[in-house]
Amino acid sequence: MTIARVRGQAWVGDTPLFAPVDLTLAEGGWTCLLGPSGVGKSTILRLIAGLETGARFDGEVTRSTPVALMAQDPGLIPWLDVTGNVTIGARLRGDLPASFLPKYPGGRRSGPIKGPERRGAEPPADPNTRAKTLIDAVGLGDRADHLPANLSGGQRQRVALARTLFEDRPLVLLDEPFSALDARTRAQMQDLSARLLAGRTVLLVTHDPAEAARLGDRILLLREEGLTEWPVPLPRPQGAARPYDAPEVLTLQTDLMRGMMA
Amino acid sequence: MRTVLALIVTVLVLWQGVIWLAGMPPFLLPSPGAVAEALWLNRAEIARHAGFTLAEVMLGFLLGSVLGAGLAIAMGFSERLTGVLRPILTFSQTIPVFALAPILTLWLGFGMAPKIAVTVLIVFFPVASAFLDGLSRTPQAALDLAQVMGASRGRIMRHLRIPAALPQLATGLRLAAVYAPIGAVIGEWVGGARGLGALMIHANGRMKTDLVFAALLVLSVMTVIFARLVAMALARAWRRYGV
Repeated sequence: MTIARVRGQAWVGDTPLFAPVDLTLAEGGWTCLLGPSGVGKSTILRLIAGLETGARFDGEVTRSTPVALMAQDPGLIPWLDVTGNVTIGARLRGDLPASFLPKYPGGRRSGPIKGPERRGAEPPADPNTRAKTLIDAVGLGDRADHLPANLSGGQRQRVALARTLFEDRPLVLLDEPFSALDARTRAQMQDLSARLLAGRTVLLVTHDPAEAARLGDRILLLREEGLTEWPVPLPRPQGAARPYDAPEVLTLQTDLMRGMMA
Repeated sequence: MRTVLALIVTVLVLWQGVIWLAGMPPFLLPSPGAVAEALWLNRAEIARHAGFTLAEVMLGFLLGSVLGAGLAIAMGFSERLTGVLRPILTFSQTIPVFALAPILTLWLGFGMAPKIAVTVLIVFFPVASAFLDGLSRTPQAALDLAQVMGASRGRIMRHLRIPAALPQLATGLRLAAVYAPIGAVIGEWVGGARGLGALMIHANGRMKTDLVFAALLVLSVMTVIFARLVAMALARAWRRYGV
C-alpha cells in the first residue's frame, strides 16, 4: 500500500534542482534516498513532511499517515531535560498539562498525570511512563534528568530517537540523522535505530553509501539527472542493520559509490 | 569595589581641586562638602521627593515592560502586523520624549499620570525591540519539529519561542531599568511640584545649586540600585527557569 508519494520537479529560481521524479513509499521497511549534497534529497523529505523547502515545487505530494521527523540537527530544547525533550510533542499538542519550564536539575518537578487522557491522539499508556521506557530503550535511563548541554553528540541523537519513537507515527522521516557523528557512534546509532524503528515505514535521506548499504531495503539514488532505483540483492535481518564488515555489504557499498560517481 | 571607591575619591579630589584653583563661586559649582551638607539638611524633603520619583519609575517600568513584551508577542505572531508596526515604532522613537512631556502634562494633569506615561514611552521600546528580536530567532530545527508534531501557533509561541527569547527579553529589561528614571524626571521637570525632577527645577531657580547636586546624586544612586535589583531579579528568575 502506498503511504506517500512525491511526483514532480523542484526549482530554485529558474534552475531545476532535480529532473522530474516520481517517488513512491510503500508501507513497511527502510527506503534509503541516497545522493550527494545539493541534489534535493532533503527537499523531497521536507515535501513529504509538509515543511517549507526554500524551493518551488511543481507537482503533487500525497501522504496518508502522520509522520515523525528526525534530522541531523537533533533540535533539542536546551532548557528541557531528556524527559522533557522526549515528551515535547505531547506538550506542543496540549496533551501534557505542563508549563514550558517544568524540569531541570534540582528544580521544581511536574507531578504525575492525573485523570484520563485529555485526547485520543496519545496511546493509552501514561506519557511519562512511556517516555521513561523509551529513554531506557535508547540507553539513557541514568541521564533522564540531564540537560542537552551535558550530553555528547551521540547521546543527543539518542534523545532525538526516543522523541521520534514517543511520537509513535507509522512513517518516520530521517534526514541524515547520523552524518554528524563519528564512525563508531554512527554504526551504533544505525543498529539502535534499525532495532527500535522495526515495524515502521522509514525514509532515510543520506549521502553515505555505507549507511544505505547497511540499512536500505530499497535504495533510491538521486542525482541531477533524476531518481534511479538501485537493486538491493541482500536481505536485511529483521529489526537490525546489516553487518558493517560483511563482504557483500561492502560490495554493495562500493557499487553504490560507483553509481554516485557515474 | 576597591576600584569604585578609588574612582569616587578621585572625582571628589578633582572636583574640590577645580573649585580651589578656579575659585568657582558656590552657586556655580558647590563643593562636595556643601552638597553633602545640603543633602543632610534637606534629607526629609529629598526623601519625600525621591519616594514619588521611585513610585513613578516602578509603575512606569512595570507598565512599559508589560506593554512592550505584549506588543512583541503580538508582532511575533503576525508578519503583517510586524510590517505595519515596525516603521511606526521606529518613527515613534524619532520624537524626543522631551517634546512630548508638556503635551502629556496638558492631557493628563499635574499628578503622577504624565510622569508614568513618559516613563512608559521610554521603557517600552527597548523591551519590545529586544524581545521581538529574540522571538524571531528560534532555532529552525525546533520549529520544523514542532510543525511536524502538529503544534498550534499559540503553543509554539508558549513552549518554544517565548522561552527561547527570554535572554533577549532580559537584555531589554535591564536596559529599560537604566532609562526608566530619565522618563520620570523629564515628566517632573515639565509640570508638578513633586519628585526629584521638580525639586531640581525649583532649587535651580533659587540658585540653590548644592541642593540640585544633592538631588542629582540621590537620583543616580537610586537608578543604580533599581537597575541592579532588576538585573538580580532577572538572574534569579533565570536560575529558577533553568534557561
